[in-house]
Parts: sequence; structure tokens; C-alpha cells
Amino acid sequence: MTSTRRLQKELMDIQTNGTPVGIKLLSADDFQTWYFSIEVLGETVFAGEQFALKFRFDQQYPISSPAVQFVVDDKYKAPEHPHVYSNGHICASILGSEWSPVLTVIAVCVTLQSMLASCKKKERPVGNDRYVLHAPDNPKKTRFEYHDDTV
Amino acid sequence: MSSNDEYSDNEYYDEEDEDVYDMEDDGSASEMELDGTADYDPSRPSRKLYEVDYDTLTQEDVGRLMIADVENISGIFGVDPDIASLMLRWADWNKEKLIEKYMDNANAVSVAAGISPPEKAPEGRSQSSSSRQNALGPRRSSARRGAQDSVKSGKTKLMERISPPIEDAKFVCPICFDDTQTETLALPCEHKFCKSCWDAYITSKVRTEAESRIACMGEGCSLIAPDQFVRSALEDSETWERFQELLVRHFVSEMPNLKYCPYPSCTHTVSCPSATKSSLATTVPIVNCGASTTHSFCFGCNVDSDHRPVICAVAKMWLQKCRDDSETANWIKSNTKECSKCQSTIEKNGGCNHMTCKKCKYEFCWVCMGPWSEHGTSWYNCNRYDEKASVDARDAQSKSRASLERYLHYYNRWANHEQSKKLSVELYAKTEKKMEEMQVTSELSWIEVQFMKKAVDEVIKCRTTLMWTYGMAYYLERGNEKELFEDNQRDLERAVEDLSELIESPFDPEVIKTLRQKVTDKTVYVQKRNEIVLEDTAKGFQEGRWIWNVPVAGLD
Repeated sequence: MTSTRRLQKELMDIQTNGTPVGIKLLSADDFQTWYFSIEVLGETVFAGEQFALKFRFDQQYPISSPAVQFVVDDKYKAPEHPHVYSNGHICASILGSEWSPVLTVIAVCVTLQSMLASCKKKERPVGNDRYVLHAPDNPKKTRFEYHDDTV
Repeated sequence: MSSNDEYSDNEYYDEEDEDVYDMEDDGSASEMELDGTADYDPSRPSRKLYEVDYDTLTQEDVGRLMIADVENISGIFGVDPDIASLMLRWADWNKEKLIEKYMDNANAVSVAAGISPPEKAPEGRSQSSSSRQNALGPRRSSARRGAQDSVKSGKTKLMERISPPIEDAKFVCPICFDDTQTETLALPCEHKFCKSCWDAYITSKVRTEAESRIACMGEGCSLIAPDQFVRSALEDSETWERFQELLVRHFVSEMPNLKYCPYPSCTHTVSCPSATKSSLATTVPIVNCGASTTHSFCFGCNVDSDHRPVICAVAKMWLQKCRDDSETANWIKSNTKECSKCQSTIEKNGGCNHMTCKKCKYEFCWVCMGPWSEHGTSWYNCNRYDEKASVDARDAQSKSRASLERYLHYYNRWANHEQSKKLSVELYAKTEKKMEEMQVTSELSWIEVQFMKKAVDEVIKCRTTLMWTYGMAYYLERGNEKELFEDNQRDLERAVEDLSELIESPFDPEVIKTLRQKVTDKTVYVQKRNEIVLEDTAKGFQEGRWIWNVPVAGLD
């Protein structure tokens, strides 16, 4: 299967070359779900906070994008960011229409890290409560509209 | 049909004769001449007042139209047909716009259409692109060259990280990391991937996203794959066919005079240049794609497959009204009153006029709505009825009640025909059984009992007409014209109900011949009545005879 071979390769790459600063592999027990921890470095509104990212892959990966969301449980919560809903769903074009098969799990982590880093003010997206109330389990089933590239 | 109608028929055809002749081939000209004497000749496909001229096209026919445009542009610009095709798709098949923009800045068009990469790419990888601007189609190369190229394509920080470790002689596809793949493809941007990844990618785009615009897989790359490239990447001819269908659909959707048949898996197209936006105010362009007799649809809207005789805008308004629960509010308004103190809605379902609000305990009179305390000793007999405030309140109430009743009058009849139409499947089954029975119990042969099926066909057709006449009548301004309309409607309705009763009643084998005669006669009659309703309504639209009691979108 394409997805398995590709993920094997990505995992090997992570294990031999390590991960970028602030990003750590928490678990990758199979080729369906991986967890990463993510920290934003330097002087940002998220200084000192740690978040966890959950990746879910289907058979079509990397042709189809992975389902990526922040983990929300006893230990972790979703960052307070205008593109992150309180249930952990992320509104980022790279996870939807702008996904390209050459992108990787680490590339997604880095992009999300810089998305957090450029945030100036902690706030939830408009309509957070309404979205969270009706949101599907898999964020890929939501059709986000990407209208703000500044943050 | 009355002689009046015949006259008007002829008058109409006189005006349109030229058009009709144009459509006919030589052989039918003699039939046309007969028309002066013959009233109705079913063998000739003549156009009735309530019908529109249209052509049906197969996917191949539309494909030929596309090729003509592509060759035209390809000739003018002196570019490869595949390139011309990409530009046309980018310009939404608007040739004039494309030519204008191309003459203005050919390079910008080429970049915007995804044919060549931007000249000054921020990543600085345009070294070779300028010399190969119009290069097209798949680039196949040996594994050795591929390896060199993939070094170049590691353009951003992210990309560098994931670039596969490069061995001298081997190309490793950056998507699947399979180093056994020898066949690679790349667009002029030189983002090279193995053929099987391209195949999977294009298949997923075409099959699951119904997307005919295949952008390069490279991150942030906006080059579009030309048809030759797509074809060479795909292993599966079915996906290629689907891809072509998507292209045709895109073309059709951009052409105002073309429409794709909305029926599932149908690939036919209808061309109806006469159905312009302004014509929708006076005509109902019901067309059939030609693939099947059931594939009828309205060229002007998607409200219903056939909403004759009423025009699209009014049909839409009526459906909206039926769907709206504003009528619930209307009911509440007609059947309830509000406590004048706490505004709770109260429905009086019995008892005397001395009301005590359950919520705020306010006591009032149901008749005049005034406080009960003012009623003094005239218990249970309101003598304040004529006071102005109470008169006004009651007037408002009765008005709303009348409007509700009026709506319900039309709605109930509409819903009744709709319901009967929905039961048509059962009616067909029942009729089928009856027809079998007839063949057994009487001397009639299979062909001789077909009159039953014909009758059912006609009944269902007429119920559709009737349904929409109620939608139309609701919005018609009161007056002579509306009365005439409703006369026609009533005649059709009566005829349909008679026929409906005839075919549903149990039959006596003794008198089967009489029944057959009766049903056949009635069917012809119903058919004629239906024609009269459709014809007269269509004529009324052209003469501007119908006056609406509300503003209709698109009409002044």
C-alpha cells in the first residue's frame, strides 16, 4: 500500500534525522494514527505551553491529506488561536484545498507551529460554539473556508 | 377544441412558419402543406404554443463543439490544441475575452491558465522554464536525470527536509518513496513524480472530487496538466472517459444556451437558444434530452421537471410558500389570541368568554379582549362588542383568517393532485393486473387492452398540469382572465376525475367493449382539455393577459 510505504519512510526519517525544534513524536504505533507534541519557541503568546497533535491517515495518503487536529483531553487542550476551534479542529488551507502530496507529517507540524507563532492575540474563531456543537468527528468532513492568511 | 382555438393555432403558426420550415428537412415540406387543411397530424412533430425549439446533443456532439473552439483558438494563437484548450478552460470558454487578454499579455494568460510557471518565481527555479514555456505533455526521462532534477525541486526548507536521500543512479519519487519506479512524469515546472503516483492522484481528483482541473502535485505549484499528460498518466480508460465527461460538463455549464441533462448517469445535453432569461417571463422551456422519454426537465429552472403551464418564477414562489412554515404562523394568527397583559398565546378550545390567563392570571373577555372587570354585571354576555378597539382587533383577525383559507383552498387541491400522482406507481400496478384480467375474462388481446395504460399515462400527465394550475391561480389577480383560466382548469379537472374513476372502478367482463370505448373516448377528451389549458395559458403569457397579485421576480 502506498500509504504504508510512505509512512514507513517518513517514520524512518524522523527516527534517523530527528524532528525540528519544539516538535516531538509522542507515538506512532501503527500507520493509522500518530501523535506529536508541539511547542512554540521564543517570545509568543503561547510561550511555555505544550500542545499535542493527532494525525489520522487513510489508505489514500499522501494523495489525500491526513486528518489533523489538536488533542483535547485531561492533559492537553487546544491552543487559543483564531483558526483553532476548542474541540481541536484546525482551519488551515494546507490541510484541505492546498494539500499537496509532497507535504509530510513533519511539514504539517512545522506549518502549524509557525501558524501558532505568528498569533498575536489569544482568541477563538468566530462561531466557535456553534461549530463545536455540530462538528463531525473527523475534521476532514468539514468544509472550511479559508479567508484569512494573516495569522 | 373550439373553432376559436383552431383559428388561433393557425395564426400562430403563420408567424412562425419560417422557423418551422428551417427545422424540417425536405421530405416533410409536403406534410406542412397539408397543415392548412388537417387540424392535427400526430405524425408531424409540430411545435405547439407551449413547446419550445431545442436540439439534443450527445457527449460526442458537444465534444465536437469544443474541438471547433479549440482549433479556432489554436489557429489564431499558433499554439498546440492542448494549450489552447487549457486557455479556453481558464477563460470559461469565452473566446472573445480570451483573445482580448491574450493580445494584451500572452505571458500573463499563459501563467494564469497554468501552462507555464511564473517567470520570476520566488524560489528561483525558472532557469530552464523560459526556454520551454510552451513545452507540453509528459516528460519521460531516465532515472539518472530524474535524480538530478529532484535535487533542484527541493525548493523550500520543508521540501529539503523531506527530499529523499539521493543515490546516484536512482530516482526516488518524493511521494511514494518507491525507488523501483522507473517511469516518471513532470509538467514544464519539472516537479517530477513517478507515473503511478500521478495516476493515483489524477484518479482521485477525477473520481472523488469530480475535478477536471488537474494541478501539479508540487507544493504551491499551479501548473495544470494538459489532456495528453492526463491520458498518458492514467492506466484506467474508465477514468479517462470520466475525465472527458467532466470537461464536457464544464463546457456545457459555461454555455448559456446549453444544459446538461440532470438525470443520473445521463450524458446528453440540450441546446435551447430560445430560452433566454427574458423569455422565461412568457414561456416554460420544458425539454427532453433525447436519451429517454422520461428525461424531461425545465431549461429555465430546476424547480420541477415539468411545471407547465406556470412560468419558472411563479412556480418557484409557490413552492417556497408551500415549504415555508409561515403558514403555521398564519394558523396561529387565525386561531389564537394573545393575553393582552403577558402576551402568552392562547387557543380557546371551549367554554365561556371569561378567560383567565393560565400564566399571569389576568382575566379578560375573549370577545372584546378587554379586561373582564369592566364587564360589570353583564356576565357571559359582552356588551362592549361595538367599541372601536374591539372592532379593529376583530377586523385584523378575520382578514388573516380569510387569507389563510384562500391559501388552503389552493394548497389542498395542489397537494391532492400531487398525492394522486405519487400513488401512480400503485395505480400502474393495479392497472397492469386489471389488464391481465381483461385478457383472461374477455376476448380482448394484449394490444387491445393497452387503452388502460394509455389512460393512466394521460391521467398522470394531466395531474401535473392541474397541480401547477393551482400554484398559478393562487397568484393570479382576480378578474375575467382568471375566471377563464379557472374555467379551463375546472373542465380539465372534471374530465381527469371522471377518467380516473373509470379506470379505477371494477369492471364487468360483460360490458368490456363499452368500457373500452368509454375510456378511449374519455382519454382523448382529457388529452384535448389538457392541451387547451397549456395552449391557452401559453398564449396568455405571450399576450400579457395574466396579471399577478404579487410582484414576480424578473417581471416588471
